[in-house]
Amino acid sequence: MDATPAIELRGVGRRYGERWALDDVSVTVPAGATLVVFGPNGAGKSTLLRVLATLLRPHGGDVHVLGEALPEREWAVRGKVGLLAHEALLYRDLSARENLRFHARLHKVPEARVEELLERMRLAGRAEDPVRTLSRGLLQRVAVCRAVLHDPPLLLLDEPRANLDPAAAELIEPLIGRASGRTRVVTSHDPAGGLAEADLALGLRDGQVALRAPAGEVDPAQVEELYR
Amino acid sequence: MRPSAALLRKDLLLERRAPEAVPAMLLFSLTTFVLFHFGLGRDEVSGQLAAGVLLVTLLFAAILGINRLFVSEQEEGGFDGVLLAPIDRTALFVAKAAGLFLFLSLVEVVAVAAFAILLLAPSPWPALPGLLLVLALLNCALAVVGALVSALAIRTRARDLIVPIVALPLLTPALIASARLAAPLFAAGGAGSLPTKWLAVLALYDLVFGLLAYAVFDFLLED
Amino acid sequence: MYGKGLRALSLATFAALTATFALIFFYAPLDADQGFIQKIFYVHVPVAIVTLCAYVLGGIFAALHLKTHDRRWDLRSYVVIHIALIFNIIGLLTGAVWAKASWGHWWVWDEPTLVSFLIVFLLFATYQPLRFSIEDPERQARYAAVFAVMAGAFVPLNFAAVRAATSTVHPRTFGTADGGLPSQMAWVFVVAIAAIALLFALMCCYEIAAKQTRWQLRALRRRLLGSDAVAPLGRSAAPALGEPSRSAPREGGRGSYPAQAPS
Repeated sequence: MDATPAIELRGVGRRYGERWALDDVSVTVPAGATLVVFGPNGAGKSTLLRVLATLLRPHGGDVHVLGEALPEREWAVRGKVGLLAHEALLYRDLSARENLRFHARLHKVPEARVEELLERMRLAGRAEDPVRTLSRGLLQRVAVCRAVLHDPPLLLLDEPRANLDPAAAELIEPLIGRASGRTRVVTSHDPAGGLAEADLALGLRDGQVALRAPAGEVDPAQVEELYR
Repeated sequence: MRPSAALLRKDLLLERRAPEAVPAMLLFSLTTFVLFHFGLGRDEVSGQLAAGVLLVTLLFAAILGINRLFVSEQEEGGFDGVLLAPIDRTALFVAKAAGLFLFLSLVEVVAVAAFAILLLAPSPWPALPGLLLVLALLNCALAVVGALVSALAIRTRARDLIVPIVALPLLTPALIASARLAAPLFAAGGAGSLPTKWLAVLALYDLVFGLLAYAVFDFLLED
Repeated sequence: MYGKGLRALSLATFAALTATFALIFFYAPLDADQGFIQKIFYVHVPVAIVTLCAYVLGGIFAALHLKTHDRRWDLRSYVVIHIALIFNIIGLLTGAVWAKASWGHWWVWDEPTLVSFLIVFLLFATYQPLRFSIEDPERQARYAAVFAVMAGAFVPLNFAAVRAATSTVHPRTFGTADGGLPSQMAWVFVVAIAAIALLFALMCCYEIAAKQTRWQLRALRRRLLGSDAVAPLGRSAAPALGEPSRSAPREGGRGSYPAQAPS
């Protein structure tokens, strides 16, 4: 198996004006592992995800994603990352199918894949309705389709189970869950649940690393400390 | 499918599904013609005056379209969607400029006809071939400058204020050239020929700004 | 460290300006038609030339910023455009005075330099509002640079277009007296351009030095007195140069996995 870690961050910083949104963040994630990121709002979780997704350039330190250095090689990384963020990244006036087909064209993915995902997510019935008519749960399912459309080896998931009922959560599990075999970075506000499905845990506060350990060695109480 | 084609197709689909820009630009043009009638106190115009009324109206109508150009990307996360894809980011510029060109052309079909009916003194038919050329070149200028300024403004706080004050001075040479080109077309004594000097100026403007915008657009999207 | 050579530059500028005004008042011949007021031409035209060149220079600095991501180029671009805008206003005012003297109106559309000058002013006057409306300093610098590059390329295009559009009934600037510029006038003119250019360079250097010093002071205060001693920046159109201090290295090293309790 390839020994190159999927993610390698060393002393990474990201500035916003005079404030460091990420400050001296270091972590290594082996291929296929799951990293869970905890922290209060404003701690830098979303910033971290966006740096990994090549949407933001690091202002300091080294970033290696899937063996490629960012920002120099961001081109090579772009098609291999799937991002599930707070915004669904879908056009509200287009249908689910039209949205997914659009993304498929951008990622050069055959249309059959769109149909396959719509089937698996049980969306075929509502696939022609404009996205703005879908409930939040359905919307999240479409967003999941969009994130895995191009079969990325790295998944970046910002609170993936928000808005989902248990049935839907079960549906998306094989696509973005641990069983999918992909390397995953998941942000979570649920200490016990987050730790349960992760290999590594990272806690951020004010952009700095406050906690970093294998998930099995972390007590949920330590995670709750971050929020004080 | 090439990325810029995919992006353009998505934009055309969106505009057809929920038309906003084209009807607004069209209505604005028609209303402005009426305002000009009252403002100038004239039933009909010809020559340089006609060229001015038509072109300035189209310019202001274009500003409306330019303001809206990237709104769907900004509000619905389209920027991220494009930035995450393994495509050349300039494809977004090409697609938006092409889309704006098409929308402007659509608007002009009706607006020019309305202008000919409402305000133009001489017959429009002899002017038509020349006018098509002038408007095509002008639309290129509007599309290129519009796409760039729109992308520049969309991520600022005062975006619909920034667009007109930046785009209109930038477009002044294009307006000068197209006004000088259109004036002989609307001459009272019958359409004259196009002064080639001004065709060259307008084409040069399109070329320079087209290349420059293409080179510089990437920097607006990176973070 | 900052403001190296400022004293020499100041003296040179003062000397050049004094020489210019001396020449204007005592050496340059009185113009046949326009009389004494024509002498404002020696201020107006150099100011106009320096302004337009400065705008193009601002565009070049901006392009360098985009290429190197070095914020000092952004500072230089900002200062050059900022001061060129002031010179632009001076140019418009002196132009109006000259127009009144030459043709009896405060504004004439027949003078292409003046007209393109106005258009350029309208464009560059949006530079600071644009900067002000972007809060993130990095993005502000980048977007301002994109604008400056476009606007810098616009200046020559605009000048050419307006020139071509203007009727040439009225004589052009340089042919004002006796159909050609007599050598006396030409000399004064050359000295005037040099003096105005020096003045421009001086003002830019002063502003850059002032800004850099202020940022250095801020950074020092932060380092010595802690982050709390330094008031957070409000929104500003000016480039932000200061490097905010990063945290001291954490205990426990990096890249390893001993369990770390939050401090």
